[in-house]
Amino acid sequence: MTTRAESSRPVSEVLGVPPAAHKVRDRSFVLLLGALTSVALIVLAVLLIDTAIDGVPQLSLSFLTSFPSAFPAKAGIESAITGTLWLMGVVTFVIVPLGVASALYLEEFADNSRWWNRIIEVNIQNLAAVPSIVYGILGLAYIVRGPLSLGRTVLAGGLTLALVVLPVVIITGREALRAVPPSIKEGALALGATRWQAIWRQILPASIPGIATGVILSISRAIGETAPLILVGAATFVAFNPTGLDSPFTALPLQIFSWISQPNDEFRMLAAAAIIVLLVLLVLLNAVAIRLRNRYQQRW
Amino acid sequence: MVGDVSDLDPASDPREEPASRGVPGQVPAVPAGQVHAPIPAVAHDDVIDDAIENPVFITEKLSVSYGTSPAVLDVSLRVPEKQITAFIGPSGCGKSTIIRCFNRMNDLIPAARVEGTVRYHGVDLYGNEIDSVQVRKRIGMVFQKPNPFPKSIYDNIAFGPKVLGMKGSMDQIVEQALRRASLWDDVKDRLKDNAFGMSGGQQQRLCIARALATNPDVLLMDEPCSALDPISTGRIEDLMHELKETVSIVIVTHNMQQAARVSDRTAFFIVDMGSSEEARIGRLVEYGPTSRIFTNPHDIRTEEYVSGKFG
Repeated sequence: MTTRAESSRPVSEVLGVPPAAHKVRDRSFVLLLGALTSVALIVLAVLLIDTAIDGVPQLSLSFLTSFPSAFPAKAGIESAITGTLWLMGVVTFVIVPLGVASALYLEEFADNSRWWNRIIEVNIQNLAAVPSIVYGILGLAYIVRGPLSLGRTVLAGGLTLALVVLPVVIITGREALRAVPPSIKEGALALGATRWQAIWRQILPASIPGIATGVILSISRAIGETAPLILVGAATFVAFNPTGLDSPFTALPLQIFSWISQPNDEFRMLAAAAIIVLLVLLVLLNAVAIRLRNRYQQRW
Repeated sequence: MVGDVSDLDPASDPREEPASRGVPGQVPAVPAGQVHAPIPAVAHDDVIDDAIENPVFITEKLSVSYGTSPAVLDVSLRVPEKQITAFIGPSGCGKSTIIRCFNRMNDLIPAARVEGTVRYHGVDLYGNEIDSVQVRKRIGMVFQKPNPFPKSIYDNIAFGPKVLGMKGSMDQIVEQALRRASLWDDVKDRLKDNAFGMSGGQQQRLCIARALATNPDVLLMDEPCSALDPISTGRIEDLMHELKETVSIVIVTHNMQQAARVSDRTAFFIVDMGSSEEARIGRLVEYGPTSRIFTNPHDIRTEEYVSGKFG
């Protein structure tokens, strides 16, 4: 009976009256955040819709399977798509071994009390933020001309793009390695495994989903890069598919860039269509990355 | 009982600052019952200790320091063969640090420095020609938190034998290890399943099976049940009793009842409170047969600890 009587006391008497200002502040903060987010979303939506209006009517199978042409009605992006695929191949081939090896060295072997290791670390973080056009200049001076003298080829373009994204691959690779709990390494070592066996057979396999995610995201960034490719002198009008690493090439962002700079409006429509193709490619790659991450997420 | 004079060993510790211990040969002027009293000496069952034939480990004045501050100082004891030896004591007393000297796991911490000697069947484990990988092949370890590899149950067991290059049928090695850890019947139908799908207790027994797969001579267990429920703990304790027929076991535990239930001999460690966090030093207080440590401890601090007055 007494409990009944007590529980019927007014709430405010038991818990006190909440200050009205709190509620108002909470609400307005949420509204502010929502407004700021919607600014970003609206800009993005306008861009996408605008591109889609111009580009979607141009999309057709013949657009995907034709080479560039002086006549807008005949022009297509086959050589740009194959050029981009070749570049992706070169980039992947270069960044996976280099990125994983560097990440392993920095994470597992480098003694952080040595000044050179700290310098390497700081430099890699800085390199990740260097504008890509700087890598383009480097590629032009050292890969296209200079010591390597590869010329304006697929290989030169791919190596330059690989340099652009390598720092990001190393950084994400290190994070993936660091995410493997030390207890895994301890467990392996306690069984009499050597350091190398523990790393190669346990830590590296356990971190592969994270490394793969970083690699895929880096490749999708490389796909969208235009500036370094302009500098290393990729052609914008290539009426054939690359035949090998030493072949001249073009790529999707370059094709888009070249069409947009044409005075003819019909070419701008084609550029919009190519942008849609590029976006679809990027969304696909990111979807694979997200799927990888979710599928192999570890419950440590 | 404090400072049983016969136990005092004036020459035992030249490194220690004189202020922290009583004058040799005198009963220290410490009020009985003061928990963190300066430690006069280790109350050893010296007679019984010497009677340990073929000890697996002999430590002499073993000290470990991290950076400049010592973590545990002057531990001298003998670990018997094919028995269970328990290390008990409050947290920070260095019991885990000492057990990690037995398979050189302290090597992984760059700042850790080990002084004194640890002999394993007479061989100085910290000798110049010792390869720590070889040491760990003979001396297995089970950790506080179950740490299965993110792989199948089968691959978890097979990893050790593979890196050691063991000959024979891997299926048989895996089955035998799982049987020894009395896990075979639970998992024989799902050997290809990921080990993370097992319960915590099963994961820990998998880790024990993994350690047994390489036929170690010694099994070190660092608080193996602290993350487990009482039923899983019971199963692991039963397992330990079976295993000691073939393996020498050293177990670190902060659970006194566990030490009393499973061990043949018990070493009690204490943490000496210094002026600051860094100055905390772990020491061995008393070592002897478990039954005596729990029923008739020689040192007042052991008595207080095992009777639940502190810790």
